[in-house]
Amino acid sequence: MAETPTTAASTPEMVNVTINGTAIRVPKGINVIEAARHAGVFIPHYCYHPKLPIAGNCRMCMVEIGEAMFTPDRQPVMEPDGKQKIVMQPRLAIGCNTPVKEGMIVVTNSAAVTRAQNAVLEFLLINHPLDCPICDQAGECKLQEYSVEFGAGASRFREEKVHKPKKVDLGPRVVLDDERCVLCSRCIRFMRDVAKDDCLGFVERGSHSTLTCWPGKKLDSNYSLNTVDICPVGALTDKDFRFKMRAWFLKETKSICTSCATGCNTTIWSRGNIIYRQTPRDNDAVNECWMCDAGRLNYKFINDPGRLTKAIVAPASVPAAGKGSDAGKDAGATSYEDALKQLGPKLKAALANRDSAAFIGSARATNEELYLFARLAKGSVSDCVPRSWAADNFLVKADRNPNSAGAKLLGVAAEPMGSKLAAIAEGIKGSRIKTLVVHQEDVTKHGIGADLLAKLSLLVVMDFKQTATTKAAHFVLPGVTFAEKRGTFINAKGRLQRVWPAVSLGGEARPEWEIFRDLLRELGGVDNHSDIAALFADMAGNVPALAGRVLSKVGDEGVQISTG
Amino acid sequence: MEAILIDFFKIACVMGVVLFICAYIVLVERRVCAFIQDRLGPNRVGIPLWIRKDGSAITLGGKWALGQPLMDAFKSLLKEDYVPAHVNKLYFWLAPMLAMFPALVVFAVIPFGSQLGGVPMIVADVNVGILFVFAVASLGVYGIVLAGWSSNSKYPFLGGIRSSAQLISYEICLGLSVIPLFMQVESLKLTSVVAWQTNHLWLICYPWNWLPGLIYLASSFAETNRLPFDLPEAEQELAGGYNVEYGSMKFAMFFMAEYTNMIAASALMVTLFLGGWSLPFVPVTGGVVVGLAHICIFLAKLFALLFFFIWVRWTLPRFRYDQLMELGWKVFLPLALANVLIVAGVIMVGWVK
Amino acid sequence: MKLERPKLTLLERLYLPAIVSGLALTFSHIFRKKVTLRYPEEKPEIPPNYRGQPVLVKDEEGRVKCVACQLCEFVCPPRAITIKPMEYPENAKYGKVEKTPAEFDIDMLRCIYCGYCEEVCPEQAIFLRGPYSVTGLSRKAMVFNKEKLLELGGTLPDPIKKWQKK
Repeated sequence: MAETPTTAASTPEMVNVTINGTAIRVPKGINVIEAARHAGVFIPHYCYHPKLPIAGNCRMCMVEIGEAMFTPDRQPVMEPDGKQKIVMQPRLAIGCNTPVKEGMIVVTNSAAVTRAQNAVLEFLLINHPLDCPICDQAGECKLQEYSVEFGAGASRFREEKVHKPKKVDLGPRVVLDDERCVLCSRCIRFMRDVAKDDCLGFVERGSHSTLTCWPGKKLDSNYSLNTVDICPVGALTDKDFRFKMRAWFLKETKSICTSCATGCNTTIWSRGNIIYRQTPRDNDAVNECWMCDAGRLNYKFINDPGRLTKAIVAPASVPAAGKGSDAGKDAGATSYEDALKQLGPKLKAALANRDSAAFIGSARATNEELYLFARLAKGSVSDCVPRSWAADNFLVKADRNPNSAGAKLLGVAAEPMGSKLAAIAEGIKGSRIKTLVVHQEDVTKHGIGADLLAKLSLLVVMDFKQTATTKAAHFVLPGVTFAEKRGTFINAKGRLQRVWPAVSLGGEARPEWEIFRDLLRELGGVDNHSDIAALFADMAGNVPALAGRVLSKVGDEGVQISTG
Repeated sequence: MEAILIDFFKIACVMGVVLFICAYIVLVERRVCAFIQDRLGPNRVGIPLWIRKDGSAITLGGKWALGQPLMDAFKSLLKEDYVPAHVNKLYFWLAPMLAMFPALVVFAVIPFGSQLGGVPMIVADVNVGILFVFAVASLGVYGIVLAGWSSNSKYPFLGGIRSSAQLISYEICLGLSVIPLFMQVESLKLTSVVAWQTNHLWLICYPWNWLPGLIYLASSFAETNRLPFDLPEAEQELAGGYNVEYGSMKFAMFFMAEYTNMIAASALMVTLFLGGWSLPFVPVTGGVVVGLAHICIFLAKLFALLFFFIWVRWTLPRFRYDQLMELGWKVFLPLALANVLIVAGVIMVGWVK
Repeated sequence: MKLERPKLTLLERLYLPAIVSGLALTFSHIFRKKVTLRYPEEKPEIPPNYRGQPVLVKDEEGRVKCVACQLCEFVCPPRAITIKPMEYPENAKYGKVEKTPAEFDIDMLRCIYCGYCEEVCPEQAIFLRGPYSVTGLSRKAMVFNKEKLLELGGTLPDPIKKWQKK
């Protein structure tokens, strides 16, 4: 991101540096590790993290620094062979805390550097337990990786290792194994400078240095699990993920967090059809590389074995309309095609009078679904359910709906969102509204109780789980969660971002955009979108804010749109 | 009338005994081959005598697998009689019968004993016995050629071709090798051959009959398609040879024909060279006891020769096809011809009385 | 290269002496000791280092040596192994080990006896050992669980006792 200048005025000043013999231009002010990254050279590091203040205590990023030699009157000193003479600094320098300057020469692969790296790794491993078989970090551990790539391969240490506390309970979600800690202090700096909840620190000295919480404090911040992400070794582990699955079995799927309107970029780690964890994915425009614990742990409902996998046609819908019967609502599971065949004519008849129908969409749905839902709802009253929680001034937004912006943009939600729900409830009470279509919301918790739902002559619900609303419904069509479908969301800042399917539920459940498409077809529409890309193209052609957008060009990090 | 009944009885007995030997010689072959290869071979299936209530059976001779031939026969009969779609059905069905029939008919002229209660122990004492044997035995090749041709598939076809060439070549050697015997005996009747040997020594005892004996033995290996001359059904080359497309009982008939041929060739060898049912110091004429003893002597010689057949099969490797032809035409044929002259000379000199 | 065929003497060309000596050899084999066994009744003697089916072992204290690192599951070419790890309770006897398999299944219908699991195991907990007659009457019976694998494996003393020093 830093390399793409938007205007000429913000173009950073560039300097010329030579890294391992490769001359490149890099922005002034970045450190040697980042400059080497520009040149495609990797400098190993533990304590350095691009988003954290520099500590410089691990000494892993040692490099040789030098520059061309000049006489005191700035005339170049030449070698006999005609090349300019180069002087290297006599001591190695750490790459993380050395900013580049014009003419700097960096060497990362000399014998001196290799010897320094070997020594650092040997020291780190002196007291590091050989826990790899049970360590959750194994497979994504920087100590393992660097030992293979930069280590000497053998230890000369024959004495007893220092023993420190194991399995220390740092907070409600994090467990610490002090023996594995390499004292990089990333977690301390994160809590102090990023999460603004200074609670961690080192005690004791030398080999006995130990990471611990301040007396009377706990690592209970809503961002505590980021310390697990940035821990280069297995010292800090996630209680939720601890001993559940090895990292090398997990499939990574790019996704976004749908717990609030921020839309943090995430990676979903799954094996088979089970999601084991979510971690933040780098996106400087949204969440840098952090996410909150609440959003991170909000994936369990996807693994729930009691999800809806069959369409349900309630027996109540078979007798004459208006007689709300509550007997045997759970029975009537049927195939999706069958349910659609039965629902089609009923819905068409019910929508003949548009005023007698109401639509409640979901601001947790994708833009594509909202677009088709808006088409279904055209001419009738529609709204979404607002939901909120306490915001903080870092990542968590008050709006818990991940796609409020999309719901408003595509015309499903009222302005302000939820303002028409009371009117819909009123309409049902007065028997003016006889048909209700609900997407992924349990409306009984939002002012339209089961008693009101019983008055409806046709209640159609699309959801991925059983709720009080699906139990009252005449037709239930099984949908899926954000982790099982393709689509786009628009976050609070107007950024259009994609999700990809990580797992698959199977059964009759399917992405709701397919359900809405099929319903539109039943109502006589001509929407024949066979895939999400065609649907997105259709939407982009009809929604001015999305004009010219192509799904495949949205990219992993999303694009900014003007929501007007 | 009585004579016809006796003949029928004799035919039934001979057929029964031959087929019985045929079944059990397969077992013997499997056991002997296993023993030669340091294995145990079949050692499970006994003859079932009684089935207990719990389903287990009391069996006889399980350790020696005496029930194995019985079970093999059942298996062959119960297997699906599959006929591939591409075969010529008529000849495909005819071939196994044509292979089996001549092998059995040969036994009609073989004297398997002297007499029993005045009845000669031979089904038909034809006075051109040996010619009958060769005439009928040479029909056996039709079964194999037909099987190979009607299967309409390349490996059986190659097997059939090989077999016709091989059988015709070695029939000549076979015929020539026995001519000297009849020059000495002065009869083609097989009973006369045995009678001559009771009066004199066995024919194999005369040095000038050693060479024809060897040629006869080798040629009969070739005639019966046994190793080292089993080119028509060389598994490694032809995936099984002329009978590849056959299964169930039809395959079993080819299998039986091979073993019946082997028994017939051995029986003829016993009759021609090894004195038939005679044995020194056993009286030539006598009552029932002597008659039975003669049959036993014949069978003992037969079994010894059959064992030799098996023994050779599991010792020698297969000949190459050109070697086989060279041996037949360039070695055995001239030697057999020369031997006719030699024996003629011997007779002229008067060494044979 | 042209190979010179050896010149054979007349006796050799007759083949008969060679045939006779061959016959003598095969005949002598008839009376030798047989090498095959009547299997279900007579069982072969299995040497202690026999590579039979994969089994789990305990140390002499009775601790399941496996720590559920799942490397064998990862390396298994036919994916026969399925492990569900579990954390030892805080106050358990071997709480120091922290991790142990809750479930450890080997689908013996899938196992190809390659021994990668034994080779990769960092704890020397899984071995290809004596049991060779792997049979069952259903697919389910052929999925060997942890208890069965431990019963088949028995005890293998561990002189290092790495986890005690933690």
